[in-house]
Amino acid sequence: MNIRIRALCTVLAASWLCVACANTQNKDIMAGGSQVELRSYQTRAFDTTDKTMMLRSVIATLQDLGFVIDKADEDLGAITGTKLKGYRIRMTVVVRPRGETQLLVRANAHYELEPIEDPQPYQDFFVALEKALFLTAHSVD
Amino acid sequence: MRNPWTHIATLRVLCVACAMLAGCNSLPDDAFKLPPTSLQDRQIQSRKFETPDDAMLLQAGAGVLQDLGYAIDESNVELGVLTASKRIDAKDPAQMATAILLGVLTGTPTPIDDEQTVRVCLVMQRSLENPEMSVARITIQRVIIDTQGRVTRAEAIDEPEIYRAFFDKLSKATFLEANEI
Repeated sequence: MNIRIRALCTVLAASWLCVACANTQNKDIMAGGSQVELRSYQTRAFDTTDKTMMLRSVIATLQDLGFVIDKADEDLGAITGTKLKGYRIRMTVVVRPRGETQLLVRANAHYELEPIEDPQPYQDFFVALEKALFLTAHSVD
Repeated sequence: MRNPWTHIATLRVLCVACAMLAGCNSLPDDAFKLPPTSLQDRQIQSRKFETPDDAMLLQAGAGVLQDLGYAIDESNVELGVLTASKRIDAKDPAQMATAILLGVLTGTPTPIDDEQTVRVCLVMQRSLENPEMSVARITIQRVIIDTQGRVTRAEAIDEPEIYRAFFDKLSKATFLEANEI
């Protein structure tokens, strides 16, 4: 009898876990994205208006860092790439005009299943991009 | 004799500990830093062609990749980008022999590498030093999965001979010499 009760408890616990899992699966679909601080270290402004040159430099920088380009869209100004090195990083870089004289470059990346929220990797990416461009990246507010 | 529930509880603790350890693998510090071999990598992965027509080179590259059985996943002529992939066999005879031996000794089948997805990304740019020349650069990656469907390797391919083989084919297709950068 005692064993039956235990078995029942286990089944109930397992069902509860399944229900809990179903809820957590939806949790992150629309999560993140609102932190102003996060956006600021993912973004830099450059003193150029040549969007094509900027996109080509982003592609070259991603290749230098070992990425393969998954998508490239000139109209939208978006480049997505994946790096495989025993781990997987997927990064999207979007280029858009900022005023009359500048371009804004925003990068965001995932390491495996987690978004990268540490400023340092983005800083490293922009240093590499600066080298490819021979231009200085300005922090934006 | 110990209560079997104690064993199950211990197993659960172990599972949780494993999951926590797995979650602890963090982004390597050098993931977004230019590697010290960056220049050599670029030389292995790039060739200069004596033509300003980078669109023609990209088209020829697409033809070479199709000859090799790749399917085009992404292309953008304005940005000079072409990405293609193919799924091929990843079975290694040496690994298979070891797996058979291990299977006989342990009585349980050992998973072996089964198939791989190879992705090639070709980027064409007009040379910065000489606008009459174009520079082609390819980067190659692969993901290998085993007979149980698990990823065993996810890596960049950096053997120079593989890059050389591609550029030889591109050179033949365009009747242009592929010069090292």
